[in-house]
Amino acid sequence: MSGPRRPTDPSGLERYYVLTGGRSGPGGSSSSLDVATLITSRAAAVPGLQHEHEEILRRCRDPLSVAELGAHLGLPFNILAVLLADLLDAGRVEARHPIPASGAGRGPDLALLEEVLSGLERL
Amino acid sequence: MDLKGFDHPDRYSADGTLPAGARSVKVMIAGGFGTGKTTMVRSVSDIKPLTTEETLTQASADVDNLIGVADKQETTVSLDFGKIGINDQLVLYLFGTPGQERFWFLWNGLFKGALGAVVLVDTRRLASSFRAIEEMERQNVPFVIALNVFPDSKDHPVEEIRDALDISPHTPIVACDARDRASSRDVLIALIRHLKERSAVALESR
Repeated sequence: MSGPRRPTDPSGLERYYVLTGGRSGPGGSSSSLDVATLITSRAAAVPGLQHEHEEILRRCRDPLSVAELGAHLGLPFNILAVLLADLLDAGRVEARHPIPASGAGRGPDLALLEEVLSGLERL
Repeated sequence: MDLKGFDHPDRYSADGTLPAGARSVKVMIAGGFGTGKTTMVRSVSDIKPLTTEETLTQASADVDNLIGVADKQETTVSLDFGKIGINDQLVLYLFGTPGQERFWFLWNGLFKGALGAVVLVDTRRLASSFRAIEEMERQNVPFVIALNVFPDSKDHPVEEIRDALDISPHTPIVACDARDRASSRDVLIALIRHLKERSAVALESR
C-alpha cells in the first residue's frame, strides 16, 4: 500500500514538474510544437542525459508525432513540450511541423490536397 | 484486421515507422458529446487509436475555484487520435476533439495547423453539435458536416438540417456511419474536395 496522497496534488502531477524542473510549457521553442509535429532524433543518446530525454531520442530514431510520443511515454503535452524544447535547443532532435492549412492568407496548397485525396481514395 | 504496409507497399512500412523527411497533415474530428468522434477516428485509423493528454495548469484557477476544489488541483483532458498513411512521405493525423469544448483553447493552436475539420452531428440531438460548429466558424476552420446515422435516426432532408444548424449553403453536409471505415473515409474525401473547391475559388477571385 502506498501512503495517502497529498490532498493538494490529487492527480500526482507534481511528479511531472520534477521532470521539467518546475517548468510548464508552452514557451520558447516549445510554443510552436503541434500535436502533429514530427520529431526525429539527430543524435544518439549520450551518457548523463535525463532518462526522459534519452527515451525520446530512442523512440524518435524514425520520425514520430508529438501526440504518439506523449501517448507512448504517458506524458501530458505541456510537460513533453518542455522536454522537447530542451532537446531542440541542444540540437538533438529535429521538428517538422504539420503542413499548415494555408500560408500567408492563401488557401491550402492544391497539389498537397490532391496528394491527400489520392491517398484516401486508395484506402 | 487490416495489415497496412503489406497490402499497401507504397505506404509506410509494416511496423508503421515513417521515413526520414516524412511530413504530416492533420484533420480535426469535432462534434458534440456522443456524436461518434472516437468511433470515426477508430474506424478509419491505420493504428489502434491512442490518447494524448493535456493538463489544465494556471488557467484552471478560476474554473477550479468555481467548483470549490483546491487551487493546485489540475484537470486532465484527453485527445484521441489516429493516423492514415497517405503515401510513403505523407501521413494524416486525425484528432478527435475533447468532449468538453471549453478546454479546446488548451492545445497550442489545436485547430491552427489543421487542413480542416469534420463536425459530426447526431440528428436526434442536433443541439449537441452547435458549440462545435460555432467554434469552427469563430476560428475560421473549413469544415464539412457529417450526419452520423444511428439505427433509430429519422430520415431528415439535408436542407431541413442545414436550416436547423444554420449552415452556409457552401458547406457540404454528408451522411455517414462512423463505425464503417469506407464511410468514414468518404467523409474525409468530402472534406478534402471541399478544401480544393474553396482554394480554387480563392485563386479565381484574386
